[in-house]
Amino acid sequence: MELLCPAGSLPAVKAAVDHGADAIYIGFKDATNARHFAGLNFDGKKLDKAVDYLKKHQRQLHIAINTFAHPEQHQLWYSAIDRAVEIGADVVILADIALLEYAKNTYPDLTVHLSVQASATNASAIEFYHRNFNVKRVVLPRVLSIHQVKQLSRACPNMELEVFAFGSLCVMAEGRCYLSSYLTGESPNTVGACSPASFVRWQETEQGLESRLNDILIDRYGPNETAGYPTLCKGRFEVDGERYHALEEPTSLNTLELLPELFAANISAVKIEGRQRSPAYVAQVTQVWREAIDSYQAQPEQYAAKQQWMSQLAKLSEGSQTTLGAYQKAWQ
Amino acid sequence: MKYSLGPILYYWPNQKIEEFYHLAKASSADIVYLGETVCSKRRNMKAQDWIDMAKQLSQAGKQVVISTMALLEAPSEIRNLKKLIDNGDFCIEANDFSAVEEAYKAKLPFVCGPAINIYNAYALKVLLDQGMQRWVMPVELSRDWLQKLSHECTEMGIRERFEIEVFAYGHLPLAYSARCFTAQSEGKSKDNCETCCINYPTGRVVNSQEGQPLFVLNGIQTLSGECYDLINDQQSMKGLVDIVRISPLGEESIEHLEAFRLRSNTGDHFPTPDSVNGYWHQIAGIRQQD
Repeated sequence: MELLCPAGSLPAVKAAVDHGADAIYIGFKDATNARHFAGLNFDGKKLDKAVDYLKKHQRQLHIAINTFAHPEQHQLWYSAIDRAVEIGADVVILADIALLEYAKNTYPDLTVHLSVQASATNASAIEFYHRNFNVKRVVLPRVLSIHQVKQLSRACPNMELEVFAFGSLCVMAEGRCYLSSYLTGESPNTVGACSPASFVRWQETEQGLESRLNDILIDRYGPNETAGYPTLCKGRFEVDGERYHALEEPTSLNTLELLPELFAANISAVKIEGRQRSPAYVAQVTQVWREAIDSYQAQPEQYAAKQQWMSQLAKLSEGSQTTLGAYQKAWQ
Repeated sequence: MKYSLGPILYYWPNQKIEEFYHLAKASSADIVYLGETVCSKRRNMKAQDWIDMAKQLSQAGKQVVISTMALLEAPSEIRNLKKLIDNGDFCIEANDFSAVEEAYKAKLPFVCGPAINIYNAYALKVLLDQGMQRWVMPVELSRDWLQKLSHECTEMGIRERFEIEVFAYGHLPLAYSARCFTAQSEGKSKDNCETCCINYPTGRVVNSQEGQPLFVLNGIQTLSGECYDLINDQQSMKGLVDIVRISPLGEESIEHLEAFRLRSNTGDHFPTPDSVNGYWHQIAGIRQQD
């Protein structure tokens, strides 16, 4: 099982490699990837250095080109694929069928993984991508229970499956959420960012600290509450006069406890979320997961998620809470 | 311009569904979409019931399309999808690539629904080769986007091969989740939801703490809190859009379809308080622009 870790910067690449990642995923410094934030991602010399570091340490490089090409601007996206090939990336992660078609026709030997943004959640959808584009691996959206993941694995024996292991929890089927564009006009699918920072505003008021997105109130915090980033699916709203997290609480996904089941489901890779996170975060999460995977592989029967790992990861989580999310049946 | 009634997004009792389609038969709608697109636990209408309803509408002279689910996670959901595809008469609206795959295998033409991510002409070309006949633009896209995309299609020589439909009225489908938010709002889990969404025929409104309507909970689907309405934007659709879609909120939506048609050729302003049209104007969907 591959441990696939995120990097938004060169120090994060080094942190992931040095702490045991098998593979790293990155994006270019433009709207072609779904984590398009200022100060993040790669081009020029930093890209070359990242590639060198990975080659020297013999780790795999995945490049996410997982937004959707704009009309009359497809060349920007096609060029991103060309560039990924030129620098010797091992894998490109794609979502747009236009890009999948281009990659298949132009680089038939290139390894292509289907991005979570393509939202393939069942065997027939996976078959579509396999038949048309010879996709080698599918990254599963965070909407499936572990039972459903196992079913899929049995139904698609020739397809590698990758699941999210740890990090921010996207509560909606990825690639199919327009909540952010509804409030801001900027879409994860087209611009590559959810709740873009330029629309975020914090305000101290008599009623407490307020977080706003494009002037719309997302949450209001009491003096002792930890304030979260105003991702709108994690705000507190009112339904029939009752105020609560109507969509999702600010928690992070942590599947350490499920590791034996993920092995049993023949999962090819576990993915850590967080290209927008610091190198220190990447280092710590990578280290814990490396230990966990090694510990399982050394003695599968003895495996248990250590309390120390769990508390280390909890400290790195939103609201210091972790959840098994959709993987556990109770959540459904 | 042709006018369509989109699939009912909410969970209505069978009698309300029958009454709605009884009126739809008598309406001037050119195309009627029907079927469950949101949640497979909404089972009052079985696959065969939808197909029978489709036949009745077809006999009344409507072009009928059977809409399919957007988020399919279980093998049972794929089996139900195949039943709808094997209906023998009607084309389907694919809202997931699983439906594209199954329609292709069954050699059945399909409409690419708004829940499939298509953002450019090259992606449309791929779907045309699979049997697509009509494309419903993703709701978050604008007139400007459509114009560029349409131009691209013309240059590629594929524009004449399919129709373009725009979601022009109703609460916008914005997201799909593993969680059922309606069940959650009643303190229930999804497994024990008792299909409580049947109690909310137009969903449950989510307001900000300042009372601004933001979203509507509709089972696992999140809709826009405000109603999208492009009735006054029809002049700007000329030459660009073939079909205007009205998403049903109730029987009165059929009257609104007639109002749309009446204003298709006039610049008369129709009053639309509490509605939004931002996406069409390339700004935040929640905003309104005259």
